[in-house]
Amino acid sequence: MLAIEIRDLSYRYPALRPGSVAPYALRDINLTVAAGEFVALMGHTGAGKSTLCMALNGLVPQATGGSIHGSVHIFGQETRTVPVAQLARRVGLVFQDPESQLFSPTVEQEVAFGPENLGLPLDEVRMRLDWALDLLDLQPLRNRGPVQLSGGQKQRVAIAAALAMRPEILVLDEPTSGLDPLGRDEVVGAIERLCSERQMTVILATQDAEQVAQFAQRVVVLNEGAILLDASPEQAFAQPEVLAMAGVAPPQVSRIAAALRAQLGDAPTFYQLDVAERDLRSWLTMPHV
Amino acid sequence: MSEEGDRRDAVQVHGVHYHYPGVPALDGVDLMIEGGEFCALVGQNGSGKSTLAKHLNGLLKPDSGSVSVFGRDTRALTVGELARDVGYVFQNPDHQIFASSVHDELAFGLHNLHLGADEVRARIDDALRAFGLEAYVDQPPATLGFGLRRLVSVAAVYAMRPRIFVLDEPTAELDWRSAHELLDRFRALHAQGHTILFISHDMELVAEYAQRVLLMRDGRIVASAPPAEFFGQLDLLREARLAPPQVMRLAIRLSDLGMPSDPLTVEAFVEAYLALLRKDAPHAG
Repeated sequence: MLAIEIRDLSYRYPALRPGSVAPYALRDINLTVAAGEFVALMGHTGAGKSTLCMALNGLVPQATGGSIHGSVHIFGQETRTVPVAQLARRVGLVFQDPESQLFSPTVEQEVAFGPENLGLPLDEVRMRLDWALDLLDLQPLRNRGPVQLSGGQKQRVAIAAALAMRPEILVLDEPTSGLDPLGRDEVVGAIERLCSERQMTVILATQDAEQVAQFAQRVVVLNEGAILLDASPEQAFAQPEVLAMAGVAPPQVSRIAAALRAQLGDAPTFYQLDVAERDLRSWLTMPHV
Repeated sequence: MSEEGDRRDAVQVHGVHYHYPGVPALDGVDLMIEGGEFCALVGQNGSGKSTLAKHLNGLLKPDSGSVSVFGRDTRALTVGELARDVGYVFQNPDHQIFASSVHDELAFGLHNLHLGADEVRARIDDALRAFGLEAYVDQPPATLGFGLRRLVSVAAVYAMRPRIFVLDEPTAELDWRSAHELLDRFRALHAQGHTILFISHDMELVAEYAQRVLLMRDGRIVASAPPAEFFGQLDLLREARLAPPQVMRLAIRLSDLGMPSDPLTVEAFVEAYLALLRKDAPHAG
């Protein structure tokens, strides 16, 4: 069964003033995602990434209102027919702004809140709590309150709280924008392992092309609410002029490849650091034609 | 410590300690920023970057030590009194934004500067244009996406034209093009003599825009150098959980073949690589 099946989805937020109409936030989205896929969402600021993320757990339109056409199915369930609270067991959503979702007095209570609310036995709650705290490297901060955390630390708490629910689908709306570079790799690496080992489906909205090249199997690029490109990172990052329409740039090594192609006629099309090193090394050390 | 407050020093921080209830945040920060510098402040989450930034506009006052801005000690001044000198853009735009329209958000700070109506209007128009916000002028900021709210918070401070801009992760969540356009705006202000300090986790942008990189670790500034030199200190970076931008990591990996290890941009890398290719293989290219 498909994890996510979106058909002809168009959506507008409620109008700001009576008599006016809000522009389309999403236009004619068709997207299917198999269980266990790792899909990156890219696109310009305001392209609709957050709206699409919220459509995956029913917040759009159940909480936001507005007008919607088309359908979103999560494991065969139409999101408009299932309460958000029920969808939340299957779809974990981490918002862009971590402060909007942290409300507990301590990190520990924040992460345990979801599993407790599922009515799980105390042992299971404790196990999930420790598991999520370990995974996000939060053990040293477990008794801290939100005001004693930095912006990046709050993002890690929000991700841990979502993971403690053991969702089948994890939707992350730019969850690592405030993390330091190594922290970013660790967090997304841990999520990628859950994706490959436990078949967790991951939708990751991000501006970090290098992260996409390293972890995602597929990139969906949004432009003004519509899907501009749906391809593997390799194919997507070989089309810088298409990405540029959505304000997106490929990773630096892809841009190096593109510049060398322009200069030399033929040149490699790498998009990952290791391959870039291998190819550029062989160009320097092997005889040319 | 300077007695007269050397006017060329936009920011002087001496031995500053600060703690939140139960949690130490700054542990003896020393920092001098000259008027007209373009600096990046980097470091691990929780290293004290935002806490230091909030000391520069007087939002926080040191437990001990001193902070002065253009020779004026912040302890004696309110945030409002410092606002002409220091503009601070919060890490979380929602801590800053409160007005009911984008226009009013931008107008608020300008009215506090007691500018004429024409000047206020001109500055608002200029800021809206600079950050591509014209279409949202009448919209409540709360109805905009997070990235757009961030642009509003930056535009509001931009419009006030303070002598020093302190920007706390101004490009997080922005797409590649918007991030570059934003920093290009501040590069233009820098060319007019403004002093810029931006906090960032994006080493590509730090390498491209900063003249000097400051590294914070455990509540102290532990390194300060121009980007090419800064990103060459690999052990230091590793300890601080940072890595050079991808172009530089690639160059370092190829350094055994004669590749210079300090290109800061894609263009610089390509130029150096092509030179190397032509030197090694005169018939190629």
